[in-house]
Amino acid sequence: MRERVAIDLAHLPLHGRSTASPTWWGTLAFMLLEGSGFALAIAVYLYLLSNAPEWPIGAPAPDLGPGIALTALLLASLVPNHLVARWAAKDDIRRTRIGLLVMCALGVAPCILRIFEFRALNVSWDDNAYGSILWLLLGLHTTHLLTDLGDTIVLTALMFTRHGRNRRRFGDVEDNAVYWDFVVLAWLPIFACIYGVPRL
Amino acid sequence: MRAGRRLAIGVGLGLGLGGCSGSQSALDAHGAQASALRDLMGLFTVVCGTVWLLVLLALAVAVWRRRASGREPAEPGATSERRLGIVVGVAVALTVLTITGLTFASYRTTRGLTGIADEGVTIRLRGYQWWWEATYQDQAPERVFRTANELRIPVGRPVRVELAGVDVIHSFWVPSLAGKQDIIPGRQNEITLKAERPGIYRGQCAEFCGLQHAHMAFLVIAELPENYEAWRSAQLRAAEPPADPEAARGRDVFLAKSCKACHAIRGTPAGGVLGPDLTHVASRETIAAGLLPTTRGSLAAWVADPQTVKPGSKMPLVPLDADELRAVSAYLASLK
Amino acid sequence: MSAPAILPGELDRGAERAILHRQLERTWATPAGFWGALTTVDHKTIGLRYIVTAFGFLALGGVLALAMRWQLARPESRVLSADLYNQAFTVHGANMMFLFAVPVMEAMAVYLVPLMIGTRNIAFPRLNAFSYWIYLFGGILLWAAFALQIGPDVGWFAYVPLSGPQYSSGKRADIWAQMITFTEIAALAIAVEIVVTVFKQRAPGMSLDRIPLFVWGALVTSFLVMLAMPAIMIASTSLILDRLVGTHFFNPTEGGDVLLWQHLFWFFGHPEVYIIFLPATGMVSSMLPTFARRPVFGYLPLVLSIVAIGILSFGLWVHHMFTTGLPRLGESFFTASSMAIAVPAGVQIFCWLATLWDGRPVWRTPLLFIAAFIVTFVLGGLTGVMVASVPLDLQVHDTYFVVAHFHYVLIGGAVFPLLGAIYYWYPKMTGRMLSERLGRWVVGLIFVGFHLTFFPMHFLGLQGMPRRVYTYQPEMGWGAANLFVSLSSILLAAGFALFFLDVIRSARRGPVAGDNPWDASTLEWATTSPPPPYNFARIPVVTSANPLWSEREALPVVTGLRVDRREIVISSVSDATPQARESSPRDSIWPLVTAVAASVMLIASIFTPWAVVWGAIPVAAALIGWFWPKGLPEDEA
Ligand code: HEA
Ligand code: HEA
Ligand code: HEC
Ligand code: CUA
Ligand SMILES: [Cu+2]
Repeated sequence: MRERVAIDLAHLPLHGRSTASPTWWGTLAFMLLEGSGFALAIAVYLYLLSNAPEWPIGAPAPDLGPGIALTALLLASLVPNHLVARWAAKDDIRRTRIGLLVMCALGVAPCILRIFEFRALNVSWDDNAYGSILWLLLGLHTTHLLTDLGDTIVLTALMFTRHGRNRRRFGDVEDNAVYWDFVVLAWLPIFACIYGVPRL
Repeated sequence: MRAGRRLAIGVGLGLGLGGCSGSQSALDAHGAQASALRDLMGLFTVVCGTVWLLVLLALAVAVWRRRASGREPAEPGATSERRLGIVVGVAVALTVLTITGLTFASYRTTRGLTGIADEGVTIRLRGYQWWWEATYQDQAPERVFRTANELRIPVGRPVRVELAGVDVIHSFWVPSLAGKQDIIPGRQNEITLKAERPGIYRGQCAEFCGLQHAHMAFLVIAELPENYEAWRSAQLRAAEPPADPEAARGRDVFLAKSCKACHAIRGTPAGGVLGPDLTHVASRETIAAGLLPTTRGSLAAWVADPQTVKPGSKMPLVPLDADELRAVSAYLASLK
Repeated sequence: MSAPAILPGELDRGAERAILHRQLERTWATPAGFWGALTTVDHKTIGLRYIVTAFGFLALGGVLALAMRWQLARPESRVLSADLYNQAFTVHGANMMFLFAVPVMEAMAVYLVPLMIGTRNIAFPRLNAFSYWIYLFGGILLWAAFALQIGPDVGWFAYVPLSGPQYSSGKRADIWAQMITFTEIAALAIAVEIVVTVFKQRAPGMSLDRIPLFVWGALVTSFLVMLAMPAIMIASTSLILDRLVGTHFFNPTEGGDVLLWQHLFWFFGHPEVYIIFLPATGMVSSMLPTFARRPVFGYLPLVLSIVAIGILSFGLWVHHMFTTGLPRLGESFFTASSMAIAVPAGVQIFCWLATLWDGRPVWRTPLLFIAAFIVTFVLGGLTGVMVASVPLDLQVHDTYFVVAHFHYVLIGGAVFPLLGAIYYWYPKMTGRMLSERLGRWVVGLIFVGFHLTFFPMHFLGLQGMPRRVYTYQPEMGWGAANLFVSLSSILLAAGFALFFLDVIRSARRGPVAGDNPWDASTLEWATTSPPPPYNFARIPVVTSANPLWSEREALPVVTGLRVDRREIVISSVSDATPQARESSPRDSIWPLVTAVAASVMLIASIFTPWAVVWGAIPVAAALIGWFWPKGLPEDEA
């Protein structure tokens, strides 16, 4: 087919950030599908609850300690998370590196608390359906914690290499921060289910 | 509804069926529920058939109306676009009307199905892999009895069938009498049957339940109330002691072998519950959930090697020598 | 954003075409040979591979169907044992749904969407490569198990408790569940790619109202995938957990629930059928104008009905559970919502009829398939309306009536348009035409064979024949109809065989197609057949919904893209104004490595839960290899 040149795009940047970046949208899409996974897992919880004559089944409600500590920690981590995102948006390599190190630590800590949380459930996955769904909810969220932690660690390592000083990497840091927000926010309804509902 | 029924029959005949396709057919309705469903089916068939024919007509005219004239694509004109828009709009409006009507008709039938009052005959039916256990309920515990793979019901009276699951999901379905209802472990379902005339109606498990799902049939035999009562009293009685020596030997073999671990024969020490109650097994039309007609020969064939007759069946092969087998089959055949 | 440093000479500044092509070829081409085949991230290669594999599974599943029909041809026949038959219909159903119908629709999107919206590769091309490998391994898992006679035998929806730890021993149900995991990962990956591709990579000027309808279909489908598939992931994971580590999700004696499985499955399973159907309607809408010789009538209503079907599809899962004894009033709601789907479906049918009515139809094979589609799908849709009625469904549920319904909509509603689409886009994919003469035979045989095979099943169902029975007794009176059905299926198979023959033969010997053999109006026809690795030497600029018809003299294009790195245009979501020149990743072996590592982990986890722990390590390592920057021009920003 014959062509005629209509526009020249040479002036465009070599890489877009946030809404102009496919990775940003990709992160959003993954959040959507994982979010629907979380929502369904919660729906399963409520469904089992609605069928059960008593809830929780054959166990005391989970102990609050580790869960509250973890929730507080996750909520607190949102602050440095947003700072990292802001520094990355300004292409500030030094601060971004420091921020990422902090975020690594703030990723490891909940994973440790999580171990205690599993113990505090007071029920095992193979006791009954209540135990099963509790472990599933917590397990599902733990997987997200772990994957995002892995992601953050690799990204941190990357920022300390020669590849770090790159707008593309800064964009990755921003996207990673968005994803961490998601991991934290997704936790809140699960927290409400696990700890709140049995106490209603 | 009269008109609806005539319509349904007309459609059935038109399609060359005539509603006489044997004892297990939704078109061959002999119960209140099944009749209502058949009428509804007629209504839906006519409406949907008409819609389909109209679409075919529109398609045929559309493609035969005019032919390609050169390659250049046409630019649609404003007036023709508007006219098409109106036609499409009307068609959509008619669609909305039609589905509203169909939804309403189906809702009405649904309400009709659940409105049948309970009149006392209650059967608890359990589906096992791959046979049925029926327990006839009664206020008086001594009038409760167990049978298998065959329900007898009185004509003209509603019969409540309570469906409780044990192993996997099965589905209770006698198309000539009513629609189907699943039997689900952990849940209680029920269905009401009402036969309009005496007859033998076949039913079959409709939910896939494993290896022998294909061989999980049963019969519903609708009888005049007096015959039904007679049958019921007969079922309540314990098994008659065997009259001839061969049958007596058969009973001894039965009690000596592992048979009694799974089967009950009232009036003998056999009290197993893992398999069908055999107290009156010979009074039933079929054995092994509709697989074989009840004859001495088929009983022998079954006991000799259930795993060949119905591979995977939960009844194991119990080794018997030829004499034992002959005796057991004589005994079983005597359990009228 | 400030303009970045530009290295002049590497930009396309209106270079001479031959030079431009040579430079782009150097940047975009996948090296020939085995290594190239393993590492490629070209959406066309992967899409084609996906399509061919899916059709391979169609042939396998079809052969299995023939075996079932052979068994059912006569009462009490002993061609297949009960066990083999139960595996056969399970593998047939699971294969057709998870390995053929869904993947083939996504594969068509992988191939076509980037071309139709005027970009050079799909978003996240490596994820795309990964998706194919995972899909392939999942398919091999299912068929290898079947070949070893440990194939799943619990039906394609694997109801518990039959598929649970107590009643399904061995690994059969686990293989079903893990096959689900494989195919869902593959499908989810593509869904994300398609959404981002359509949102961000449309050619400048392709505003929302200029998006080709097939692309709309693919987009809405991708959303359905993202919202529905997690349900079955949760379900199959819970099932594996019940079976492997003793959880009690579906065990009623420990607080679990049997119907929970059905709710989860059908919350996915119902949208699933529209995941298959919507792309097919998109194909019809995109092909029809070419043969009606006018733009499609009712673009906006068509888009809205695609969206409406997508939304409604989440509100009708219970219509698969009418006989489970849920409250009748609630069930009636699902009757109403199911029937409501007839409205958007009707809008589509009416718009297509209007397009044909006002057009001047050219009778080529794709149009024949569209006509066959309308005749067949409408009938299947109407039987859908019948089974949507609670009381009627009490009779026909789990009978051959339903088998008839879903083959009408699956084959008539999705496979017919798909075959038409293959006839239509084959020239673009291969550079050669399929045979028009054979094509007519294919349509004829498949159409007639299909109706003769499946229409009588309606009556079998009404006459009481349940589905999933490996045999039936002679006195049931189903013998004649079954024999007729089985014989007719040979006709149907002959049609498919002829189709395969035509496809294989024409790849070498078909007439050369040229860029735009049908004189179609969408962008994929603006480039050569088959397209070069970079799709378009210069990205087109879109000025209308039918760009090739409205820009007859010369296609407006953009310049200013770099040629030394793989560069694509990123544009805004609603009106597609260019925002950035983004890079697109190069070939890589890591997707394959990751897929192998993930497959080992998933298959081993059928046997021990520890596989998830130890298997995660190689997967993580492979992912790091995947994402670690290599200092290529693509990495510049
Ligand atoms: C491509 C796949 C596809 C499509 C498009 C559909 C479309 C529809 N399906 Fe179907 N369905 C399946 C695939 C599909 N189905 C499968 C695979 C199963 C079985 C699963 C299993 O059990 O194994 C199934 C099962 C199934 C059931 C469960 C039956 C049972 O198990 O007992 C029901 C019940 O409501 C149903 C309903 C419908 C409805 C109402 C539509 C509607 O979308 C149809 C809408 C279309 C039309 C109505 C025609 C066009 C409209 C007009 C021409 C306008 C005029 C119309 C009127 C006035 C009514 N389907
Ligand atoms: C898109 C999906 C799809 C497709 C295309 C088909 C295609 C066919 N199906 Fe199937 N079917 C299902 C989806 C599909 N089916 C599902 C979901 C179920 C439910 C399963 C369950 O209950 O769990 C089912 C169940 C099902 C049953 C019910 C089984 C039972 O309940 O016991 C039957 C019975 O007749 C059947 C028959 C057929 C036939 C004859 C075809 C024919 O159309 C097949 C025609 C194709 C061919 C025959 C292949 C031709 C190829 C060649 C000849 C080889 C050439 C090869 C090369 C050149 C390489 N199918
Ligand atoms: C482990 C349990 C078990 C043992 C032992 C057993 N059966 Fe059975 N039997 C069954 C089951 C279960 C069925 C139902 C099988 C089916 O229809 O699929 C059955 C069915 C039957 C039937 C058909 C009943 C009907 O109404 O359909 C007869 C007759 C019978 N068994 C006789 C015997 C005899 C005689 C023996 C001993 C030699 C025996 N069984 C041993 C479990 C057992
Ligand atoms: Cu019981 Cu099928
Ligand atoms: Cu559905």
